[in-house]
Amino acid sequence: MSDMSWPLYEVFVRPRRGLNHVHVGSLHAADDRMALLAARDLYTRRNEGVSLWVVRSNAITASTPDEKDPFFEPSGDKVYRHPTFYDIPEDVPHI
Amino acid sequence: MVQQEQSALEERFDAVVAAEQRIEPRDWMPDAYRATLVRQIAQHAHSEIIGMQPEGNWLTRAPSLRRKAILLAKAQDEAGHGLYLYAAAETLGVDRAELTEKLISGRQKYSSIFNYPTLTFADVGVIGWLVDGAAICNQVPLCRCSYGPYARAMVRVCKEESFHQRQGYELLMTLMRGTEGQRRMVRDAVDRWWWPSLMMFGPPDGDSPNTAQSMAWRIKRHTNDELRQRFVDMTVPQAEHLGVTLPDPALSWNEERGSWDFGEPDWSELQQVIKGNGPCNAERIDRRRAAHEDGAWVREAAVAYAAKQEERNV
Repeated sequence: MSDMSWPLYEVFVRPRRGLNHVHVGSLHAADDRMALLAARDLYTRRNEGVSLWVVRSNAITASTPDEKDPFFEPSGDKVYRHPTFYDIPEDVPHI
Repeated sequence: MVQQEQSALEERFDAVVAAEQRIEPRDWMPDAYRATLVRQIAQHAHSEIIGMQPEGNWLTRAPSLRRKAILLAKAQDEAGHGLYLYAAAETLGVDRAELTEKLISGRQKYSSIFNYPTLTFADVGVIGWLVDGAAICNQVPLCRCSYGPYARAMVRVCKEESFHQRQGYELLMTLMRGTEGQRRMVRDAVDRWWWPSLMMFGPPDGDSPNTAQSMAWRIKRHTNDELRQRFVDMTVPQAEHLGVTLPDPALSWNEERGSWDFGEPDWSELQQVIKGNGPCNAERIDRRRAAHEDGAWVREAAVAYAAKQEERNV
């Protein structure tokens, strides 16, 4: 038992029905079940959620942190994806 | 070339901070910024964890089931706050186990306030009112700290702190409506906790060499003296309403400033407590170390169980 460190988990809470799970923080636990129980005790002491996800932090694949990363460039120059790109006469209803 | 890259990174960092945006864990940040945050967040986390002890003394002695349940919920919150903060510190590349080790070996500090004893049940009320009140003054501006994970942890902490302060004040109101003996308990507790509460904001601005840099980095938003003044202004009317006198003869309303003037805390006492010579320093650390060591078999068993389950699932 040389390595006593518990893996890190990320915690996601669904605040109520109809909403997405949102990342709220992280915690250490020995296994998935303990992570779920600890997440309940740590992040939902005041009815903050109706559903919890826990996932090992090392299972998450992430983009690089840089906001100006070329990774996000493909969407940068495509203004035509937004409805405001199109001029429609004022008197056309329901559009 | 390396030099140029470095200054470009610094420029980017400064621009994000100046624009009131948040620095996130994997962003580049100056080493000193990281070190300052680790020190501050760890100290903050340690304070929450050690802070369970003074009140924990009263868990079994609280006078009613209602007060027991409230105090237990409060102690659970303190543990939770400690864990939010350790998690925030870990995003900076340190390990919680390492921070715990530094706490119990005395290499990292916690708030000096928790080195005072809780002699009567009125202390529980006064800690909620004054100590948590002071903590709220300190913590609300931290919700806008430039480091994202710390700021987000503080939002959560501040929401919960408000319950702590209100339960304390309500407890004291109840005692003040009681017998003369109970009122005496409240006055005695206020006398003992007032000055240590003022010291929670740290040394006066002239003796706080790190403040300027922390403010430039937008980790800190106000100086120690500004926050101390805010706390006094907030608390004086609450004391009046409660019917207690704060133990400071110099306390008087300053019309010109629109604030309360107040006396100077005994800074040599703060230095002594920080150095480890407060009434309970040794006891607090001993207790924390014992809890850590006594819990070792639980941590080991959990790891062994997890390993066994994993083997079975393969």
